[in-house]
Amino acid sequence: MTRLIVVRLLFGALTLWAVSLVVFAATQALPGDAAQLILGRDATPERLAVLREQLNLGEPVAVQYMQWLQGIVQGDLGTSFSNRRPVAEYLASPVQSSLTLMGLSALVATPVALAVGAFSALRRDRAFDHTSSMGTLIVASIPEFVVGILLILLLGPGGLDLFPSVYARQGGPDQWILPVLTLSLAVAPPIVRMMRATMIEVLESEYVQQARLKGMSERLVLWRHAAPNAIGPVAQVVALQLAWLAGGVVAIEYLFNFPGVGKVLMDAIANRDVPLIQAVVLLIAGIYILVNLVADVIGLAANPKVRVANR
Amino acid sequence: MSTPSTPTAEAVAAPPRRRPGLFRTAWRFGRTKVGVVLTALVVLVAVVGPFVAPYTPTEFVAKPFETGVDGVLFGGDNRGRDVLTRFLWGGWTLLVLAGAAAGIGVAAGTVVGIVAGYQGGWLDNALMRVNDVLLAFPQLIAALLVMSIIGPQVWLIVAVIAVSHLPRVARVIREATRKVIEQDYVKAAEAIGLPRTRIMAVEILPNVTSPLLVELGLRLTYSIGVVAVLGFLGMGLQPPTADWGLMINENRQGMAVQPWAVALPVTAIAVLTIGANLITDGLSRAAIGIDRGVEK
Repeated sequence: MTRLIVVRLLFGALTLWAVSLVVFAATQALPGDAAQLILGRDATPERLAVLREQLNLGEPVAVQYMQWLQGIVQGDLGTSFSNRRPVAEYLASPVQSSLTLMGLSALVATPVALAVGAFSALRRDRAFDHTSSMGTLIVASIPEFVVGILLILLLGPGGLDLFPSVYARQGGPDQWILPVLTLSLAVAPPIVRMMRATMIEVLESEYVQQARLKGMSERLVLWRHAAPNAIGPVAQVVALQLAWLAGGVVAIEYLFNFPGVGKVLMDAIANRDVPLIQAVVLLIAGIYILVNLVADVIGLAANPKVRVANR
Repeated sequence: MSTPSTPTAEAVAAPPRRRPGLFRTAWRFGRTKVGVVLTALVVLVAVVGPFVAPYTPTEFVAKPFETGVDGVLFGGDNRGRDVLTRFLWGGWTLLVLAGAAAGIGVAAGTVVGIVAGYQGGWLDNALMRVNDVLLAFPQLIAALLVMSIIGPQVWLIVAVIAVSHLPRVARVIREATRKVIEQDYVKAAEAIGLPRTRIMAVEILPNVTSPLLVELGLRLTYSIGVVAVLGFLGMGLQPPTADWGLMINENRQGMAVQPWAVALPVTAIAVLTIGANLITDGLSRAAIGIDRGVEK
């Protein structure tokens, strides 16, 4: 199993390198004059010259890439075009905000989703199960920014006016409610479905039957035999949903004007701020790969066949 | 495609009775019917809309965000254009872009999946490793990255979404192919010396249509979401086009005073994606045979 994990780690590193190639190709190794493309048609010759200097556009593409990669490996993400600050320093606060938002959403969504899923399994094919199954199917189909807008229309200033719909620097803690609620609704459905499916499988297993036959109370059967065996696959889905959050926050932050990495990315694209775009995309892809890797390892660890084999 | 031949002819011609086609099985679920109705409703609005719109999409009929004007049912948008007209005009772009992206992505993914699954060996390995790299990007981030410098262009939107579907479809079809190639009819076709390309087209492809259709439904639902969100982020179709995603972006500042300009496109997108997903769910239940499981 250790070998399997090491192989996955190596492959994760390789993927990250391939991702860096793609990011570089899409933003800097463009056909034609990259500087002209980045700054637009009405750029002054002086600005073009400065940009060429900053991105080493005079060098061959391979050399440019090596210099860029070297900078990143050493933690030098370049200087933002629009505010002239080092990208790493500029990103510190948005990263913190985004991680807080994602963390809060995960904290809200996971326990509720697990409870709903487990309860659906216990009430299989009854009203609660049907309602939750239809509900998760519907919520899962709607794009998350649409869910966010529907919540704003319903609960925001134009509707019941319960919560603010736009994040403001001096606003109170209630401005977190709608973004967190939106992201929670976006990540919860697959967790509910996986929890329900796994619990049903576990409850029908022979060891649960055996436990019931020897006269164990239903509560003990659930907590001692059913729940622990359902954790593996469910934990994997939870991790995958967290990975999804890394990309999913962009539209939600844009919608609520939330000062995180997603909003930074959209502003950077509007300003054609190449170093900032490169850094944010690499960061998001990095988190995505890392969390997916964790999901993989959890999946391996939870699978008894893998765990026991060639120990 | 599974041919829906008449059941009587089937029963007579083929003694080991064939299972009813995927569509027929899927139709038996209530949710599929609901899905078809919801989807048809939105498609109808998008297709017929431009012909029944009261104004032109760029005509000024009211003050910005003004409501309650005579003859302007849902008021004016951020520039004072008719909200109803722009809503009726704004759907078909979404449908065409999402449909094209899903179609191309699923077609390409199917080819890659079948070739990888059937040929195996180094080709399979190489294709699947490239797949893994493509999967390392969240779909939306990949689209934003590619368009960040080149700018949002229609062909690029379709291409980027199609490419992001490719690895996901390929993975599913590869699994399905590997199950099919163990069947005797494939071995028989190999034994009589049928060319491998022909085996892939005639023996394998018709036998992976169930997962293929489920994938098509799933990718269509995702495509609608991605096209809509790109429009919403201002990275899709550009003004003055009437487009549901873009409409939401343009009018969200006035949501509190003029909710219609946002509510109409948002509702349409929600209904469309719910409909598409209900159909997909019906198809996938039919494909894995949930109803047959109950019969035992």
